[in-house]
Amino acid sequence: MANWIPTWLHRLGSPPTFYRFAGIVRPWALALALITGAIAAYGGLVLAPADYQQGDAYRIIFIHVPSAWMSLFIYFAMGVAAFIALVWRIKLAEVVAMESAPIGAAFTFITLVSGSLWGKPMWGTWWTWDARLTSELVLLFLYLGVIGLFHSFEDRRQGARAAAFLALIGVVNVPIVHFSVNWWNTLHQGSTVRLMGPSHIDARMLWPLLTMMLATKCYYVASLFGRVRADLVAMESGKDWVKALAVEETA
Amino acid sequence: MRVSTGAACAALLRRDLLLAWRRRGDIAMPVLYALIVATLFPFALGPEEALLQRIAGGVILVTVLLAMLLALDAMFRGDIEDGSLEQLLLAPQPLALMLAIRILAHWITTALPLIIISPLLAGMLHLPTPVMGVLVVALLLATPLLSLIGAILVALTAGTRRSGMLLALMLLPLCVPVVIFAAGAVAAAQQGLPWIAPIAWLGAALVLALVLAPLACAAALRIALDA
Repeated sequence: MANWIPTWLHRLGSPPTFYRFAGIVRPWALALALITGAIAAYGGLVLAPADYQQGDAYRIIFIHVPSAWMSLFIYFAMGVAAFIALVWRIKLAEVVAMESAPIGAAFTFITLVSGSLWGKPMWGTWWTWDARLTSELVLLFLYLGVIGLFHSFEDRRQGARAAAFLALIGVVNVPIVHFSVNWWNTLHQGSTVRLMGPSHIDARMLWPLLTMMLATKCYYVASLFGRVRADLVAMESGKDWVKALAVEETA
Repeated sequence: MRVSTGAACAALLRRDLLLAWRRRGDIAMPVLYALIVATLFPFALGPEEALLQRIAGGVILVTVLLAMLLALDAMFRGDIEDGSLEQLLLAPQPLALMLAIRILAHWITTALPLIIISPLLAGMLHLPTPVMGVLVVALLLATPLLSLIGAILVALTAGTRRSGMLLALMLLPLCVPVVIFAAGAVAAAQQGLPWIAPIAWLGAALVLALVLAPLACAAALRIALDA
């Protein structure tokens, strides 16, 4: 009945097909990211009311929380791609996993820096070694380890498989980061936005937050597709489809 | 001629220990490194006993971790260079079991000397004598964990050239829980609080690693030596 789904996914595994698909999707994803980002920024910085306790300084939440969410989400996506790459040896999955790592590392870095900037006025310190901050820092190191391991191999595909293996070992850290505020007594705030049940946050603050989360997701897709396209062309540079591309671009 | 698995394990263990014994100067390297690093701390922080006593447990744990990190690289390098690792991969015995024996031999030649001199390090840093027992227990559980996790990562980088710093970057984040629990046990014992809980956590992690790490190490080795 829905055979077109696996057929479509199977076809997307071919580099030239994915290249064309990503080329079409990417501008739309980028436009959507910019538009929703602008709406979310306006909603968060202008429309949302000031917090009764933190005043206007809480507005960094609209950068900090979506970045944190993306740092975990991208690691999970990288883990899924890594698993597919190791089990089924699909070239595209290797590329997706390896190209997701720098994006995820960037979001993790933004999370740590924005959190640090928020912590200084609110907690009185740039940093504290509580469970959530420490596990997020470990996540950054895991990302950097994956990137470093991938680049230390001469054979790209072998390097991608080794780094994919490392990414899978580290995926255990993702639930640790997420549940750290529940499992340990931490300085970091507990979970406010819930998937099931009411969220403990004003609706005027919630919608810019969710919109910014959508914006960062679209940005991830746009960035990933751009990187994967570039990587596919570099990796397959001797093949006919790349040569045909070069000819039609210059024609 | 099919050799039984037990005989193969014994032969591999004997080979590794014999090779290490023939270059027994190398066994002294991690020990000397740990001694020197542990003595650096009084130089850097001043010889005040109260301060050293507070940091002794953590310093010894980190020193042992770094010493083992330096020694991990040699686990597979010699055998890759002369081709015997590929023979191990081709052996009919399960690779995970063979690698477990290899890790055991590496732990005996690297970590056990460190554990033996750990009371000396503890004395140098003024750790109270009753706590030394807890330190040794914590090290007895933490060092095999470090060997097992480190073996997976060394297998991943087996054969790549610039693996030293990269191995540290990959290994240290994964060893953070081990360090936290082991140092936590020593710190608790130092304050007179019950210390068995972190030790139990270490024991549980060790049992899990004993089962899973050789399998992961075998998979990692096959990935790394694929080309």
